[in-house]
Amino acid sequence: MIHQALFFIFAAICVAGALNLLLQKHPISSALSLIVVMGSLALLYLLLGAQFVAAIQIIVYAGAIMVLFVFVIMLLNAGIEEHTEGSRIAVYFGVPAVAALVGMVLYVLLKTSHIEYQVQLGGFVKPTRDVAMLLFREYLLPFEVTSVLILIAIMGAVVLARREP
Amino acid sequence: MVPVTYYLVLSAILFTIGVAAFIFKRNIITIFMSIELMLNAVNLSFVAFANMHHNLDGHIFVFFVMVVAAAEAAVGLAIIISVFRTRETLNVDRVNLLKL
Repeated sequence: MIHQALFFIFAAICVAGALNLLLQKHPISSALSLIVVMGSLALLYLLLGAQFVAAIQIIVYAGAIMVLFVFVIMLLNAGIEEHTEGSRIAVYFGVPAVAALVGMVLYVLLKTSHIEYQVQLGGFVKPTRDVAMLLFREYLLPFEVTSVLILIAIMGAVVLARREP
Repeated sequence: MVPVTYYLVLSAILFTIGVAAFIFKRNIITIFMSIELMLNAVNLSFVAFANMHHNLDGHIFVFFVMVVAAAEAAVGLAIIISVFRTRETLNVDRVNLLKL
């Protein structure tokens, strides 16, 4: 019962935040509503028994990545977005594209809604130790490769954002 | 008890809103944020399936998605800064030439 109540409250906050991201004209409002979406997603991860993912979601996504976004918005002094000729073309082609996507998603969901599995609160709670064991044993090579990826991304960001002499 | 389908439906709704924002928004930074929203929607379905199959591999994949999202945000925002320096605009409709 409490599980259902929490799920519906935070799912509603999630969808409202995402719609707010779509409807707001100013990028800083969109960024703040995206932070709301990420925070409530962290609580949904807790309901699904993924405590470590929830903590990482708050620290890395809502903390680090969104701070980067807000920093860039303020650095570039981004204002209210303007609508030009190209945005009307985007609406003409975008509305049917999004409608087709919604239709396909609904079709697949109705086809596969025979999944009877019920999520139970606390039904699948594994300690962080198990995640670490998996990450540093079975997934050791992908883990090391992602560290190289991060290093290259940092160097690329520095090279791209450097002012030309 | 909540059916796992509800979590998948929520993930699909968030992904669709992300696609809509990606298409309709004109500000390059907001378009970037809608990509992050889509990645978050996929993460939710990863965690829901991990719960359903009682398998931790889904959590590991969420970490990798987050790492890729962080790398993408760093590089993408650097590109946005350098685009703004040369064009003086953030509207994607005004960034329509490969060469200045």
